[in-house]
Amino acid sequence: MSIEFDNNLPIYLQIMNYIKRQIVSGILAPGDKILSVRELAAELQINPNTIQRTFQELEREEIVETRRGLGRFVTSEESKIMEIKKEMAGELLEKFVQGMKELGFAERDIVSIVSEAVEQEGEAHERSK
Amino acid sequence: MNAVNNGTRKAEPAAYTAKASLTQPVLSVSNLTKTYGRKTALNNVTFDIEPGRIVGLLGTNGSGKSTLMRIAAGLAQPSSGQVTVAGEPVGVRSKGLVSFMPDAPVTEDWMRIKDAMGFYRDFYADFDSAKASEMLQFMKLNPDDRVTSLSKGMKERLQLTLAFSRRSKLYLLDEPIGGVDPVARGKILDAILEFYDEDSSVVITTHLVRDIERIFDQVAFIRNGELVLMDEVETLRTRTGKSVDELFREVFAE
Repeated sequence: MSIEFDNNLPIYLQIMNYIKRQIVSGILAPGDKILSVRELAAELQINPNTIQRTFQELEREEIVETRRGLGRFVTSEESKIMEIKKEMAGELLEKFVQGMKELGFAERDIVSIVSEAVEQEGEAHERSK
Repeated sequence: MNAVNNGTRKAEPAAYTAKASLTQPVLSVSNLTKTYGRKTALNNVTFDIEPGRIVGLLGTNGSGKSTLMRIAAGLAQPSSGQVTVAGEPVGVRSKGLVSFMPDAPVTEDWMRIKDAMGFYRDFYADFDSAKASEMLQFMKLNPDDRVTSLSKGMKERLQLTLAFSRRSKLYLLDEPIGGVDPVARGKILDAILEFYDEDSSVVITTHLVRDIERIFDQVAFIRNGELVLMDEVETLRTRTGKSVDELFREVFAE
C-alpha cells in the first residue's frame, strides 16, 4: 500500500491513518513488528521527528506498543482492532450520509438505497463465483 | 530501501516532547545584522536551532539566506550581533563544528571522486571513512569516475556525500536539490534522512519548497534580510490548513 501525502494537512495524522489502514486490511497483523522510526522515515521520505510523533500518538491510542529493547508491535488485542474498524467505518458513513443529503435524499431513502446496493453487490458477487 | 545498519546512527530521536531548553542549541543567532556598504543583507535576525532538527531556510534570491549560511559557516563576519555553533562563537574554532555544502562545486577539475574524498580526509580531522564509503555506495557513485564527467545530479550527490562524510554538529546545505532531476532529488532526500545524525542539525536553503517540505521539522522564512516567520511545519499545517509551499508563495508574493 502506498501513500500520497497532502501537504496541507498535518503529516503525522496521515501516517497514523496509513498505519491504521494497514492494520484493518491485514497487511499488518496483530502482534507484528513495525518498522523503526529511521526505517519508516526513509521509506516514506518524511522527517523522523514526525514519524516519532506518529508512533507516540498510536501508543497513546494503544494501537501500537513498545517492548523495551525489542521494538514496536501492533497490538494483539482484537477488540482494539475492531475499534479502529468501527472508527474508520464511522468516518466513511458520515461522509456518505452527508453527501447523500446534499444530493437531496431523505433519511429513509438513503436506508433503502443502501440496502438495495448491498443486495446487488452480493448478487454480483455470487454470479462471479 | 538500502538499510545500512549501524547501531549508533540508527538510534531513534529523543522523545518528541522532551526537547529544547535542556540542551544547548546547535546554532544560536541573536540580533544578527550584516551590512555590505550601505546595503543591509541581514537585519536583526534572532533564532535558535536545537539538536536533531532539519530546518528549511526559505527565501527568494537575494533574501539574505546565503549570507546567513556563510556567517554560520564562519566564512563571513557579522556586522553586529552574536552567532554561536554549539556554544562556540563563529570563527576559526567553530569551523571545525560546521560542515558546509556550498551551491558551487568544492572539487577541482583534475579530480576523480576518490581524489575528492582523499582531499576531504586529509583536510578534515572529523572525516568518517566508513560513513563516506557507505554513502558513496548508497549514492551509486564510482570512486574512479572523473568529477568533470558527472551529470549535474551526480555532482550534487557527490557534494552531499562530501559534506555528510564529516562528523559535524551543524550541516549547512545550500540549495542541495537546485537544478537536479526528480530522480536525483529523491535520492538526495533519501540520503539526508538515511545519513543525518540526531545529535547534530541540518539547515537546508531552497526555493523548491514543495519537493522537500516533508523532511523539515521547522522552517524559517527570510525576506529582505528579516526573519518573517519561524515555526514547526506540522504546527503551521494545523494552524493554517496550508502547506509550507503555499505559505511560502503567500509571504513572498510580489
